[in-house]
Amino acid sequence: MLTLFYLFAAISVLCALVVVAARDPVNSVIALIVCFLSIAGHYILLNAQFLAVVHIIVYTGAIMVLFLFVIMLLNLNKATEPQRSLATRVAAVVAGGLVLLTLLAAVRHGISVEPARDFDIGTGLVRSVGRSLFNEFLLPFEVSSVLFLSAMVGAVMLGRREKNPQAA
Amino acid sequence: MVSAQLLAPLVPALPLAGAVIIAALRRRLSGHAAGLLATALIGGAFLCSVLLFLGFDPAGGAQVAHLFDWIRVADMRIGLAFQVDALSLTMMLIVTGVGTLIHLYSIGYMHDDPRQSTFFALLNLFTFAMLLLVMGANYAVTFIGWEGVGLCSYLLIGFWYTNPAYNYAARKAFVMNRIGDVGFVLGLALVFQVFGTLDYTTVMERADTFATGAPALTAITLLLFVGAIGKSAQLPLFTWLPDAMAGPTPVSALIHAATMVTAGIFLLVRSSALFVLAPLTQDVVLYTGLVTALCAATIGVFQNDIKKVLAYSTVSQLGYMFVALGLGAFSAGLFHVTTHAFFKALLFLGAGSVIHALGGEQDIRRMGGLRSATPSTYRTFLVGTLAIAGIFPLSGFFSKDAILAHAYQYGPWIYALLVAGAVLTTYYMFRLLFLVFFGSYRGQAHPHESPAVMTAPLWVLAVLSVVGGALNLPHLFGGHEPMKHFLATAASGVGLEHLHLSALLEWSLMGFSTALVLLTIWIAYGRFAKQATLDPEADALPVPQRWAARKWYLDELYERLFEKPYGWLSTNLSALLEQRVMQPLMVGVGGTAERIGELLRRVQTGNLSTYLFAMVAGLLLFLFLTLNGL
Amino acid sequence: MNEVVSAIRLVPLEHYVMLSFALFSIGLAGMLFRRNTIIILMCLELMFNSVNLLLTAFSAHHSDPGGQVFVFFIMLVAAAEVTVGLAILVMMKRNVDSVDIDQLNRLRW
Repeated sequence: MLTLFYLFAAISVLCALVVVAARDPVNSVIALIVCFLSIAGHYILLNAQFLAVVHIIVYTGAIMVLFLFVIMLLNLNKATEPQRSLATRVAAVVAGGLVLLTLLAAVRHGISVEPARDFDIGTGLVRSVGRSLFNEFLLPFEVSSVLFLSAMVGAVMLGRREKNPQAA
Repeated sequence: MVSAQLLAPLVPALPLAGAVIIAALRRRLSGHAAGLLATALIGGAFLCSVLLFLGFDPAGGAQVAHLFDWIRVADMRIGLAFQVDALSLTMMLIVTGVGTLIHLYSIGYMHDDPRQSTFFALLNLFTFAMLLLVMGANYAVTFIGWEGVGLCSYLLIGFWYTNPAYNYAARKAFVMNRIGDVGFVLGLALVFQVFGTLDYTTVMERADTFATGAPALTAITLLLFVGAIGKSAQLPLFTWLPDAMAGPTPVSALIHAATMVTAGIFLLVRSSALFVLAPLTQDVVLYTGLVTALCAATIGVFQNDIKKVLAYSTVSQLGYMFVALGLGAFSAGLFHVTTHAFFKALLFLGAGSVIHALGGEQDIRRMGGLRSATPSTYRTFLVGTLAIAGIFPLSGFFSKDAILAHAYQYGPWIYALLVAGAVLTTYYMFRLLFLVFFGSYRGQAHPHESPAVMTAPLWVLAVLSVVGGALNLPHLFGGHEPMKHFLATAASGVGLEHLHLSALLEWSLMGFSTALVLLTIWIAYGRFAKQATLDPEADALPVPQRWAARKWYLDELYERLFEKPYGWLSTNLSALLEQRVMQPLMVGVGGTAERIGELLRRVQTGNLSTYLFAMVAGLLLFLFLTLNGL
Repeated sequence: MNEVVSAIRLVPLEHYVMLSFALFSIGLAGMLFRRNTIIILMCLELMFNSVNLLLTAFSAHHSDPGGQVFVFFIMLVAAAEVTVGLAILVMMKRNVDSVDIDQLNRLRW
């Protein structure tokens, strides 16, 4: 188990680094897809089967494809890729490192979590997540459909071509 | 009873709905339709009041319809609640009943005014506020109504706002009312401090725990009385009421004769449990009322404006009511409120009909002989005049006699002064009657009788003025004072009244005052009925009369005493504080903010990367500080 | 049953916390590192996922499905956000012919 975890962890971190470092946006997307797949692996390790599946479908299947699609649509590649100056890049890495350091410092004494008494092995399966979703979280679930609708309308509105060329 | 809980809120709700609807649709609604709607809604409120009255059981005590909690802070809990008891029912019936008639009358009176809809919206709003005032179950709700009627009074006095003098009159009424309101608010605060609540029932229950003459009660009652002075136009704050005649005549009838100005009396009767325990305040009330009654009556004798005469008469009659309250005769005071509402509304509407007939003329020196031209108005006006003079068996006789009897029991000299006031009242009212309707016509316009929509309310009010006395028929005439017993269930002060004069003495008191009144009518007839020449101007009168005609120089006195010093203070403070201190301070504060803004706006570069960096820096700082336990 | 529990507990919670911190920091650094708005959006997704991972880990160790429902909602929001974000991006490309975030500097004094 632990070996698997380390394997997935290494893949995710490496791929994440590639996402940031790759010059070609298409490579970034591919790396992110691999990274997400490894995160799905983590979900399975955690017995969160439902999430693992949804994650693959939504993120890898839909969102990342959308990214890829837009990149191709806009014809982005290595040549058009804008680059930051070296100083900014160093500053960015230092900032990220500092955040990591601070966060790690927060858990340097470990985290004391009481283990659950009545452990339910069904947690993370479709049945338990569905129960929770349609009992406690029914209203947010329904409301989220409104969010989707507005996002859809917004995307359509934004993507529509201006009739008046002057406005562009 | 369930229906009271439902009906009670409906009574003020109907006029409010009318005000809102008419105000919202005033551009689309014709003035006539607005008038009909307003009248119908007030009529509906009257019907509800009647139903409430019929379903009311006096022995059951007050019924409170609690709508919702309006203010709830710590242990202060003030609800928007309506109280239905004998007192509020009496006032509700007066307000909605007389109000309906006056609304109806206004349809005719205002028919060619371009802002008719606005007028009816305001009239409805006034009725709503007045109902709030009389129906409130605590001082706070009464206060909302109190301020509401003040506002509507202001708006309606200045209804014809293009005339600067009318605007001035409206402002004067508003400011003078504010002076009284300060007293009311302070009284309210004191009530809350002493009793811990503003609910009438609780306050009146707890009042019993105080000894007679307790300083707290004296202070509360004095402050409440200051409020009543402002609203009910007593000395020294009565000068606004005659000026308030600038408003349309139905307004004068409704607000400045029948309802709003009696709010002060209502407040005192409502708080009668406190007043009976404060003898000092009662004396103040008594003497204020007495002086006002006489002072206004003397001024009324020399007025030449038909509405001004009635206005001073109103002030004088209000003085009588306060005398009654000061004597502890609360039911007699409220009885006079009721009959006064009938005959004074009648007189004002009659005056309005005369003014209408003459195309806007208000000076009685240019009237005369209208008896034949306006027969309905003449007959009803005559009834009103006889009622206010107190001729048996009209309503004014009974209500005034009740006050006079109580006055005699308290002290014969007060009785004598009140009779003198009654004689003056008779004199100027009959002077008015004779100058307007008798003799020969001295004006230019062609008088014509008003339409039926205006005369019908006159006749209804005339009938009420005649039979109104039956509401509280004294034992002497075979009655058993039903109104007094009814009111005793609501205002505990009423229960403490007792009149123990022998029947013979009462008969002779009545006979004495009636004889004097009849004598006065005869004198007035001799002097004015056949008058052809005009009365001289005020300046041409000999000295004591000139002073009275000049309202005892009260306006001038106030101007010297308050207006001038205030103006002087304002001018100087403006030069000193405003220019030298406040101006530089304000400019300095504004300038500093502007300069800081000038510096800070450079931070907003518009560059998203910079923002991102700043955000991460902030996040870092936040995390760092949190983790270090700060 | 015990097998599942012990399998989950085999990997300590701290490991997941640290992994998610690492992913979060990489995403954050990436947002500062790149000028391409698409990559910045991708870094945002990465940060979302680090949080999701953390939530799931805690949820699994606590045996509380609520955490996983939250992950579900985060996915919903992320999907909506990406839709609108990419639409804006297409607009941007169409209007200023670039996906460089430094071009978006008109919102200022």
